[in-house]
Amino acid sequence: MKKQSSLKSHSKLKRITLFDVVNTSLVVLLTLLIIYPLYFCVIASFSDPTQVAAGRTLVWIRDFTTDAYRNILKESKLWMGYRNTIIYTVLGTMYNLVLTIPAAYVLTKKYLPFRGIISWFFFLTMFIGGGLVPSYLLMSSLHLVNSPLSMILGTGVSCYNLIVTRQYFSTSIHPDIYDAAYIDGAGEWQCLSRIALPLAKPILAVMTLYYGVGHWNDYYTALIYLHKEKYYPLQLVLRNILITNQTMILDGTSGKDVATMEYLLNKAHAAQGMKYSIIFIASLPLLVAYPFVQKYFAQGVMIGSVKG
Amino acid sequence: MKADKSYFRKLWKRIYRCRLLYALLLPSLAAVFIFHYIPIYGIQIAFKDFRTSLGIWGSHWVGLKHFKNFIEYPYFGKIIWNTFWISFVSLWTFPAPIIFAIMLNEMRNLKLKKVCQMITYAPYFVSTVVVCSMTILFLNREGLINNIIGFLGGEAKDFLSIPSAFAPIYVLTGLWQGLGWGTIIYLATLAGVSLELIEAAKIDGASRLQVIWHVNLPHLRPTIVTLLILQMGSLLSVGFEKTFLLQNPLNMEASNVISIYVYNVGLKNQQYSYSTAVGLFNSIISITLIVIANTISKKVSETSLW
Repeated sequence: MKKQSSLKSHSKLKRITLFDVVNTSLVVLLTLLIIYPLYFCVIASFSDPTQVAAGRTLVWIRDFTTDAYRNILKESKLWMGYRNTIIYTVLGTMYNLVLTIPAAYVLTKKYLPFRGIISWFFFLTMFIGGGLVPSYLLMSSLHLVNSPLSMILGTGVSCYNLIVTRQYFSTSIHPDIYDAAYIDGAGEWQCLSRIALPLAKPILAVMTLYYGVGHWNDYYTALIYLHKEKYYPLQLVLRNILITNQTMILDGTSGKDVATMEYLLNKAHAAQGMKYSIIFIASLPLLVAYPFVQKYFAQGVMIGSVKG
Repeated sequence: MKADKSYFRKLWKRIYRCRLLYALLLPSLAAVFIFHYIPIYGIQIAFKDFRTSLGIWGSHWVGLKHFKNFIEYPYFGKIIWNTFWISFVSLWTFPAPIIFAIMLNEMRNLKLKKVCQMITYAPYFVSTVVVCSMTILFLNREGLINNIIGFLGGEAKDFLSIPSAFAPIYVLTGLWQGLGWGTIIYLATLAGVSLELIEAAKIDGASRLQVIWHVNLPHLRPTIVTLLILQMGSLLSVGFEKTFLLQNPLNMEASNVISIYVYNVGLKNQQYSYSTAVGLFNSIISITLIVIANTISKKVSETSLW
């Protein structure tokens, strides 16, 4: 122990070398490069679209405007998508947790008969799957096509998350604790609800976030199974607005000189400007939550990597 | 006989004692069985002519007809090549998170290191739709990239309509999203390098770069090999989500990959059996590739997945 600390203080005393200067600057440069596209979207969304198109907003806002945001307030589709996604994310994540957490807990019990076979039943899902059409046929025979339930129900257990959670239960809670509880007359149910769950709060946070982000960002499921606009989640609405360029409400500019080139060009630029603001609005919940939760995300990967 | 009976009775007793545990497992087992294993049963339609009226079981067997059709499809070679090419180009970015992790690991200013980590992890959580929208916005003629090129005196180009630019765009956006996140696993491994070993190397006169090369990198090797094997397994599984969003009629020549084809013939044209056969073909190749990579790695580096 002593040796370790002396080594640490020794290396701390070392002066900063050329290596450190070069290395640190490169890392900082790379970090700035990575954050820049996100930063650009934010300043572009608050700038005059014509200035953005001319490339004059590379560093800071030009001709500050909130027109884009005022325009998207009128996009009812967007807000409906927002509402749907919140519902899907909350219910979907609950469904995932209710399935994953108890399963992970049970699989730590070494005395459970057939534990190996059951574990394999889950592990195999990582390697084999039915693929697009067989899954679609199943969902359609369950009448889940065109049903918002298709966004919530599903396999529910991600094998990777199951392994991570199981790993957490088995390394952070010693089996002796359960033995002591059994002697005191607790049943399996009390062991889970009174001992394991309260001790597993960090992993519950990690899983909520993993599954939650998954649901929030999901557009694939909706693309395959949902064909009614009123059920569309945010990501599919975004895709329709941002990528396939479905029409947006764009008034505000007066009705004069409707046919002039300038008007059309301005309209096109305004549409572009709206896209930046939509990107910002759509990512806002994550951006706000991110600084608070990012340590949990990283923790999840760390726990998972122990087992490999 | 008697021994058998008592064995089963004992087993039954053990099972009965764990009944509550089984009850806790039941919902997840049921969900995985229904939503994951029943579709696997449905794969048989790849060898049948699926008719909705006859059902999966009742449809008639046609052997390898659909596989033959796929191989004889005029664009078969092109689709396989496109898929392979995108994966191959992304293989070149494989060392990037390793290098970045080593650089982060060498940072002395721990606060700055934390900030850099936090920022570089962020793109991982940006949704695919937003990433692709940003890509499209930045790459259009009046977009950010062309603005910068303009400042540097270059000529504006509509990058997304150039087929040969598709793979690099796909890979670079992936790198942007995954670079920071990819370092986590390596940083976790690097935390396990013994300080004594580094100190000993320094006393022997090793420079910082030499320590990285002779101490840190060898320590990372098993992790690198494991991830490389997994990457080999996904050589023919270019994701649907990003390709679908970045695709346009002009880059179709390069962006038509297997997963897109499966979607187009399966859900758009409703050729259920044929689409399933194409998907199965893809999975079989992926599994074969991972087995080959694992076998080679077992022989060469003694690291393997199983």
